[in-house]
Amino acid sequence: MPEIIIETFNIKRIDILDEKGNADKSLMPALSDPEIKRMYEVLTLARTFDHHALSLQREGRMGTYASILGQEASQIGSALALEKSDWVFPSFREMGVYITMGYPLHMLFQYWGGDERGVKCPDGLNIFPVCVPVGTQTPHAAGAAMAARYKGDKIAVACYFGDGGTSEGDFHESMNMAGVFKLPVVFICQNNQWAISVPRERQTASKTIAQKAVGYGFEGIQVDGNDIFAVYKASKEAVDKARRGDGPTFIECFTYRMSDHTTADDAVRYRTKEEVDEWKGRDPILRLRLFMEKNGLWNEQYQKEVEEKAKAAVDEAVKKAEGIKHPEPKDMFTYTYENLTPRQIKEMREL
Amino acid sequence: MAEKLNMVQAINLALKEEMQRDKDVVILGEDVGRDGGVFRVTEGLWEEFGAERVIDTPLAESVIAGSAVGMALYGLKPIAEIQFMGFIYPAIDQIFSHAARVRSRSRGRFTCPLVVRTPYGAGIKAPELHSESTEALFCHMPGLKVVVPSSPYNAKGLLISSIRDPDPVIFLESTRLYRLTREEVPEGEYTIPLGKAKVIQEGKDITVISWGSMLHRSLQAVEGFDAEVIDLMTLNPFDEETIFKSVKKTGRAVIVHEAPKTGGFGAEISATIAEDAMLYLKAPIIRVTGYDVVMPLPKLEDYYMPTVERIRKGIEETMKY
Repeated sequence: MPEIIIETFNIKRIDILDEKGNADKSLMPALSDPEIKRMYEVLTLARTFDHHALSLQREGRMGTYASILGQEASQIGSALALEKSDWVFPSFREMGVYITMGYPLHMLFQYWGGDERGVKCPDGLNIFPVCVPVGTQTPHAAGAAMAARYKGDKIAVACYFGDGGTSEGDFHESMNMAGVFKLPVVFICQNNQWAISVPRERQTASKTIAQKAVGYGFEGIQVDGNDIFAVYKASKEAVDKARRGDGPTFIECFTYRMSDHTTADDAVRYRTKEEVDEWKGRDPILRLRLFMEKNGLWNEQYQKEVEEKAKAAVDEAVKKAEGIKHPEPKDMFTYTYENLTPRQIKEMREL
Repeated sequence: MAEKLNMVQAINLALKEEMQRDKDVVILGEDVGRDGGVFRVTEGLWEEFGAERVIDTPLAESVIAGSAVGMALYGLKPIAEIQFMGFIYPAIDQIFSHAARVRSRSRGRFTCPLVVRTPYGAGIKAPELHSESTEALFCHMPGLKVVVPSSPYNAKGLLISSIRDPDPVIFLESTRLYRLTREEVPEGEYTIPLGKAKVIQEGKDITVISWGSMLHRSLQAVEGFDAEVIDLMTLNPFDEETIFKSVKKTGRAVIVHEAPKTGGFGAEISATIAEDAMLYLKAPIIRVTGYDVVMPLPKLEDYYMPTVERIRKGIEETMKY
């Protein structure tokens, strides 16, 4: 009997907007001028937030923080494809997603300042608390998607993680579950090339991360993660597909973590300046600005307004966060169970 | 008159009635559907409620627990079955890092009304890792409740309470007890509150505290003594008051469990008695437990588990004072 090929696969990659601000019109998603401007404004807001967060940490006004610098297009481009009713399971480096979904900025500062109340998601949003153990949020996305379908809710579930997260068992179990049950999940991997000090090549020997999806029976696609049009296009299609009941999609956003892993890290120890400089030239915000300038959507005056607006919003949020009263020590107990246990009642008397 | 059921049938009845009552109750796990579970605990449910509510999952414990967390967050009342307690370890990250914490992490915005059912313990001559009783691991984790029924009747009542509980419950079913005894289990709903122990028999001289399958051996071992026997039923949060009340009366305590001694839940009970009722004691507290060894295969299983004889010796030791 001759050997035969019983399966082959191709992985698509989408690039729309280049570093000089030129967009491939044939691939361009349907976006109005105000929508493009909104993209730019949210990108600017997220970067301003991130910059402030790093400053506050350095000044000792906030705890350890995981910067999103360089990954704004991956986060905002994908989150803009979601509706408020969709469910979002982020990891710990998704402040751009929270901001896009309309999460109150001051609460994010509050959380990173060490106060759990900051991730008490406001009613009307379904975005989960920052997930610290890597990859462990992925099963929740599968479960929530299964529950949504059972209840007949036409929503999509977005699940965020990084290249490091794709090495975790939970990631594979969840992708498998999503594939088997054709769940309405969009897996969004921000491949930022580094899991603290370990490069992407140490996470997997496969050529792309996108092709992991093939093994689980659904589509994986790679996009230029610094190209907000490409991220948005792939995300929108995946979200619509999920909502139609046509199953999950895996999107690998090929991007770069411009900052240290967190404020407790020093990336100089393990990667070269040349590499970082090379990625600086691929900045996601700059290229959108060049595109907008070419298309008459950007000028110096607009830039000034956008920056001022972002700064005012962030300043106000910091002020609000820092003005919030210290949490009550009893809160430690209050949220362990719905009701206090007899032992907790005794323990609380010691406070 | 209520029908006489064994524990498997009683649990099955509880699942069935809760699923009939509440459409949000779903079951997921390995072989829980068409096969009705390897112990047949979910038998007939797939046929009655369909594959959407009795979900045969891929063979992957972490995503069974983790997707159940996701379902619970979304508003369902999932009951996840882990086929044997020895296979729960891959799911522990999901149970500890998420199920137990999400209420706290989200300051009450998201909750996890989840039940993880799993068969535990030795006594059915099973292969390796099919006989574990590691309940103390789960008792140590704030945010979880741990329930161990000892009879068909209380299995049904406790499971209904666990399903309706707003927090995650680890529900441990003794494989040895599954078909050991039958008793009257009424149809229709009744609940047994979590966090409450039950005094099975009253006595004046000694308090014997146990749960699950060891309760039965304890009851045999106390014959001839004026012993008060407590079935703890919920290990976390556990009913300190019932224990104090009894120990203050008897002045003696023996704790019996199947799990290894070191770090076992008996240590917690013993320390609690020592902290709050020491001055009432007439004798040292004694723990009769499994040994600090890797759970052996069936040939040595009987040497590992506390026997009636060992429990009796513990009681006699205490009675010398």
